[in-house]
Amino acid sequence: MSNDTKRVKGSSLVQIRGLKIEGYSDEKWHPIIKGIDLDLKRGEVLGLIGESGAGKSTLGLATMGYTKPGCRISAGTVMFDGVDLVNAPQEKLRQMWGSKISYVAQSAAASFNPAHRLMDQVVESATNHGVMDRDKAEADAKDLFKRLQLPNPDTIGSRYPHQVSGGQLQRAMTAMAMSCRPDLIVFDEPTTALDVTTQVEVLASMRRIVEEFDTAAVYITHDLAVVAQMAHRIMVLRYGNLVEQSDTRSMLKQPTQDYTKSLWAVRSLEKPEEKSSDVVLSISNVDASYSGVMKVLDNVTVRLPRGKTVAVVGESGSGKSTLARAITGLLPPSKGRIEFNGKPLPAKLKDRDRDTLRRIQMIYQSADTALNPRQRVRDIIGRPLEFYLGLTGQAKEKKIVALLDNIELGEDFIDRYPNEMSGGQKQRISIARALAAEPEIIICDEVTSALDQIVQEEILKLLMKLQKDTNVSYLFITHDIATVRAISDEIVVMYKGKVVQQGLKSEVLNPPYPAYTELLLSSVPQMDPDWLTGLLKKRAGVKA
Amino acid sequence: MSTQHTDILNMRTKRTKSQDAWRLLKSAPVSAKFGMFVIAFYFFCAVFANFIAPFGEAEIVGKAYAPPSLGHWFGLDQIGRDTLSRVIFGARNTIFIALATVLISFFIGGVLGIYAAVTRGWMDQIVSRIVDILMSIPVLIFALMLLAMAGKSVWNLIFILALLDSTRVFRLARNTALSVAVQDFVEAARLRGEGMLWVVFREIIPNILPTLIAEFGLRFSFVFLTISALSFLGVGIQPPTADWGSMVAESKTLITFGRPQPLIPAAAIALLTVAVNFVVDWFLQKTSGLRDEQ
Repeated sequence: MSNDTKRVKGSSLVQIRGLKIEGYSDEKWHPIIKGIDLDLKRGEVLGLIGESGAGKSTLGLATMGYTKPGCRISAGTVMFDGVDLVNAPQEKLRQMWGSKISYVAQSAAASFNPAHRLMDQVVESATNHGVMDRDKAEADAKDLFKRLQLPNPDTIGSRYPHQVSGGQLQRAMTAMAMSCRPDLIVFDEPTTALDVTTQVEVLASMRRIVEEFDTAAVYITHDLAVVAQMAHRIMVLRYGNLVEQSDTRSMLKQPTQDYTKSLWAVRSLEKPEEKSSDVVLSISNVDASYSGVMKVLDNVTVRLPRGKTVAVVGESGSGKSTLARAITGLLPPSKGRIEFNGKPLPAKLKDRDRDTLRRIQMIYQSADTALNPRQRVRDIIGRPLEFYLGLTGQAKEKKIVALLDNIELGEDFIDRYPNEMSGGQKQRISIARALAAEPEIIICDEVTSALDQIVQEEILKLLMKLQKDTNVSYLFITHDIATVRAISDEIVVMYKGKVVQQGLKSEVLNPPYPAYTELLLSSVPQMDPDWLTGLLKKRAGVKA
Repeated sequence: MSTQHTDILNMRTKRTKSQDAWRLLKSAPVSAKFGMFVIAFYFFCAVFANFIAPFGEAEIVGKAYAPPSLGHWFGLDQIGRDTLSRVIFGARNTIFIALATVLISFFIGGVLGIYAAVTRGWMDQIVSRIVDILMSIPVLIFALMLLAMAGKSVWNLIFILALLDSTRVFRLARNTALSVAVQDFVEAARLRGEGMLWVVFREIIPNILPTLIAEFGLRFSFVFLTISALSFLGVGIQPPTADWGSMVAESKTLITFGRPQPLIPAAAIALLTVAVNFVVDWFLQKTSGLRDEQ
């Protein structure tokens, strides 16, 4: 039905006035969205950005007339194409969802049913809503696969979700959302879980298909550079309020609010590199594998200078986390040697003495799972003090308070449980736990990936300060080039278990590049709305 | 987070544990309060059965099958014993046997389950497969068979039921412990060089305890029902010891004469089961992620 309706580009599609949404917790209703107006025209792409908790997902879903369980719309109106979505009966909403409005979630893997083939799921909404019959829907889906530049568009539909890559799945999800030619698509962080090189392709095909069908879209993300490529207009949200909105170019050039400026400024953090020849950890020709058949690390050689930061970059599956497991002894290497302060390091965890364990500490990506939810900060930080340094009673208490000071949290945090702290505070506690052991090396495994940008910067600054104070060396595993730029002295680029390049930051980040390093670096989105267009042109030119 | 939020958190940490517990109890829904009241009442009767019961457990006080009267509220049974007194003694016998059974089954199942989750490998495989086999046989039939082989005694009953029930505890303990054991904080503890006992008692058990406590309540209900069923079939608790299951069996023909005697022990069984389930439901909702809020 919607296929034949004429769409006039530029006419009003969504109008939200004075929207307030509340969420229920601790037996009270708390405001999440505190009175926001939003207008969206047909064919327009609106970017919603903000930190976690800003209400961007809640607002994005509200444009569909949907609230998550435990939330309610307490005031305001949502008009979609002349229909009042707040007061519409559930039956009417169900008719519209999937056919006129659709949704692309962050994790495509969690949104597809693993037991059904892609095609069955992609055509489901079109056939269920009676838009097309099955044959027509399949032909249409193949067309969409082609437009989304999926490989083998004619046969990929017969695969199961686990048989395609994450980026392909995210595009299949977009095809599913497009199958009824909706008037509006809500993209909720659709590329956040993808590698940068994959992200470029997904972004490009999403942008193209939205343009081709003149679909309006709401693009929710925390990544400014991504939103700059996708959106015509940007709304910045904070604590459920609108901070400012304007079209993308003027927003990037001249943000008017201090908060927006601070978001923009994060990317400027950069530390000058320093050279050092005093090597604390040297990894030579190391192989490692989980099954004994496939090598996850293949002849890896890395040197970590004392008091410096070596960043290990690569996509998922490049073996960077496995390198950390080999160093900590969780996965003993099958070949090669690891030397610590000039002496060979026992390969297995249980062969290492307590003092060696103390000197190599680790910080994890997700502080949520790295801190025991049933232990207070006192026990979390106190245990390594007791275990390695034998501190007890007053001395231990004093040291805990000193450590809390070091990580810029007050001593009143000492009795808190992890769930009584924010993400950034929890990550600080993880850092304090590592510091408590007075280590020589700290392995940081994607420690800032789960955090908001402003919090990321604070954590990175803290890590730099601590390095200055204690001369600790960091092996910093990350996929984020901006983070690498910010804190590293040297960079190791990994690809499929091999080291592509190791060198000083200035050498690796400047030409001449090995091919993979170039691909990786050029795929990192820039804060320039023409970046994606330019990159695609350049790559097309190279291929031709 | 806003400053308002941190204030709330500070307030929360200042409250003592007993105040917290009291607030939690007050916030419980009516069903849970009812359940707790019933359980408390049953345990009171069980502990003080000797003082509460108007007559002795096996004391013959009048004519067989005498109807309810002022002196004997629930009437007399087939050989003239006071039904009310036997219901009260039945509470003592059934509840304590069920409790002993569940404690033993949690000891066996819990220790093996957590050990299997932490070590994995062949030990885990062997125990898990044995448990699979045991669980594929219906509990009641298996228990009947084992009791027939081992002979009818209270201790045989307790051990056989505990063994059969521990398979379910094993599965739960293993699975919940496994989901905690793969978390980063357990790896962090292992990297620190902690021994297995620390990892189990300080890192894993505190995180699986709420689930195990809730399961304890449910398993108690099931064991209690199984004992009653076995007694009803005549292989559970043996006369003259009072027991609700056998009391129903002994007086079951009276129902055809419109007499309420068999319903009284049956109602006692039903009420306790329902009460335990009410409390467990509420406890699970409080401690697990199954809340209405996200």
